[in-house]
Amino acid sequence: MSNFAALTRMRIQLTIRNKMFLFFSVIMPFGFFFLYAGVFAKGVPEGVRYLLGPVVALTVMGSFWGLSAALVTFREQGILRRFHVTPVTPSDMLASSVVANYFLTLPTVLLQLLFARVFFHVHDFGDILAFFILVTVGTVSFASLGLVVASVTNTMQETQIINQLLWFPLIFLSGATIPLPSLPAVVQRVGVFLPATYLVNGLQRAIVFSISISHLLLGVVILCFWAATTFFVSAQLFRWEAESKIPRRAKLWAAATAIPFLLLGVYENRTGRLVAESQAAMHAVENSGHRGESTK
Amino acid sequence: MNNSILQVENLVKRYGDVQAVRGVSFNVDEGEVFGLLGPNGAGKTSTVEIMEGLRTLDSGRVTVCGLDPQKNSQELKHQIGAALQSTSLPDKLRVIEALRLFASFYRRHRNPEELLKRFGLEEKRNTFYNQLSGGQKQRLALAMALINDPKVLFFDEPTAGLDPQVRREIYDIIEELRREKKTIVMTTHYIEEAERLCDRVAIVDHGTVIALGTPRELKERSGDKTRLEVRLARPEPQERLKNLEGVSDCRILGDSYILQCQRPPQAIVSLVKHLESQGNELISLEIATPSLEDVFIELTGRRLRD
Repeated sequence: MSNFAALTRMRIQLTIRNKMFLFFSVIMPFGFFFLYAGVFAKGVPEGVRYLLGPVVALTVMGSFWGLSAALVTFREQGILRRFHVTPVTPSDMLASSVVANYFLTLPTVLLQLLFARVFFHVHDFGDILAFFILVTVGTVSFASLGLVVASVTNTMQETQIINQLLWFPLIFLSGATIPLPSLPAVVQRVGVFLPATYLVNGLQRAIVFSISISHLLLGVVILCFWAATTFFVSAQLFRWEAESKIPRRAKLWAAATAIPFLLLGVYENRTGRLVAESQAAMHAVENSGHRGESTK
Repeated sequence: MNNSILQVENLVKRYGDVQAVRGVSFNVDEGEVFGLLGPNGAGKTSTVEIMEGLRTLDSGRVTVCGLDPQKNSQELKHQIGAALQSTSLPDKLRVIEALRLFASFYRRHRNPEELLKRFGLEEKRNTFYNQLSGGQKQRLALAMALINDPKVLFFDEPTAGLDPQVRREIYDIIEELRREKKTIVMTTHYIEEAERLCDRVAIVDHGTVIALGTPRELKERSGDKTRLEVRLARPEPQERLKNLEGVSDCRILGDSYILQCQRPPQAIVSLVKHLESQGNELISLEIATPSLEDVFIELTGRRLRD
């Protein structure tokens, strides 16, 4: 336990001293925030409130970039080797990455809420408990995804390619950039297979409709299950040495992490519930938006 | 035998089709500095990393402090300290932070401040790892190896890639540890290092131990002869050179003739006379005092750093 705590502290220190952190955890999230709130929502409080879900989801999902890159760098530079001759275990190493990342993401999310309040006069953030549970589960699960990416790639270059391949579907098909109801029906059907979609939808409904956690349970439980699966897989595939090869079973293990959302996606495609929910959220904002305009 | 703290029996390690270690055996006694001397790729690092529990073995038996490195790796790691090859620390970790962090991993540890002082790193206390010089990084690596007050220390090529002055600094540190009767297993491909620092040396080549003993014993075994390395304008029959007065053996290594001789002055005189009579010329002549290099050449027909 003390190894885990000491490593978490080290990771937080190192990340703050790293320039890449500044980009992924500060510039990018706040860039998205002001773009969404100022330009897309035109600064209208209802619009900002509606887009806060996607913005926070992007911040939370960004976790996997930094985490995969950090772990691969540690391995490539022979840093992990040095820890390997100490009593530190792979779980210490991995869990500390995830927890450190959480403590680094949380302030950014809180600042986004604060900015929404101060600059865009959003006063109602809906169900705060549901919001924070989603942020927590989301950060942990996307961080674990980063750890899996790190374990199935050998070099930083490979890591970045996989990250790009994951990032674009996650942000474009999930409603994080383009609202789900605005996407073609086919894309919506694909979107419901992505963990990101449930995060965006959950955050949005918690904020806009004050939906409590008990009504978001299915998505949250599957996200938790996904987080556990990805973390377990990353521990199975963990390599201390840069030269040790990726085991052949690695691809199978990595593919196994898709199972939770594959099942949920099939279910959601049958019921069409999720798409209907996000439509409702959008309509709610559109209506309030019209009201806002007509009173002017 | 004294109290041996580390035993290696018929150790074999394969990487795919390549057999890196082929049946290595030796014991290390408590309080001695034991060296594995050999060229790069001889299997030294594999052997050491198996003892440290970093790699698995294919067959044979290894015991360190009474523990099996594979089965009891967690416990073993509390008892050993290591300075590895091709390793690093995070760029933005400060010297003192690194020592404190690693100290926290162990049940029992030494005072990081005291180690800073001992390894001359006080001034670099708050410096980031990536701003340290090669020598400072290596001193930190040695300090970190000592952080848990280990029973056995492993130094894998502790001076590789360092310039001569820094190398001497590291020698001083290791000699001090030797005086304190620390048990150290080190690998090296530097003859001087093995002769100067090690109580006993195992000469390793192609994954096997080809000679083992104190540096003195090993040199005596090869006859304690001076080596003349000679390059000539034209080739000369090996047999003729071997039969010169004062010369006891001759072998050809690359473009040089290696003459082993008990009485060097006499050998040089007879060599020069012989060459004159043949109309041949001496291009260069080097005189090397007896060293472990001779042992290696005698056993393998190669130089250590070929």
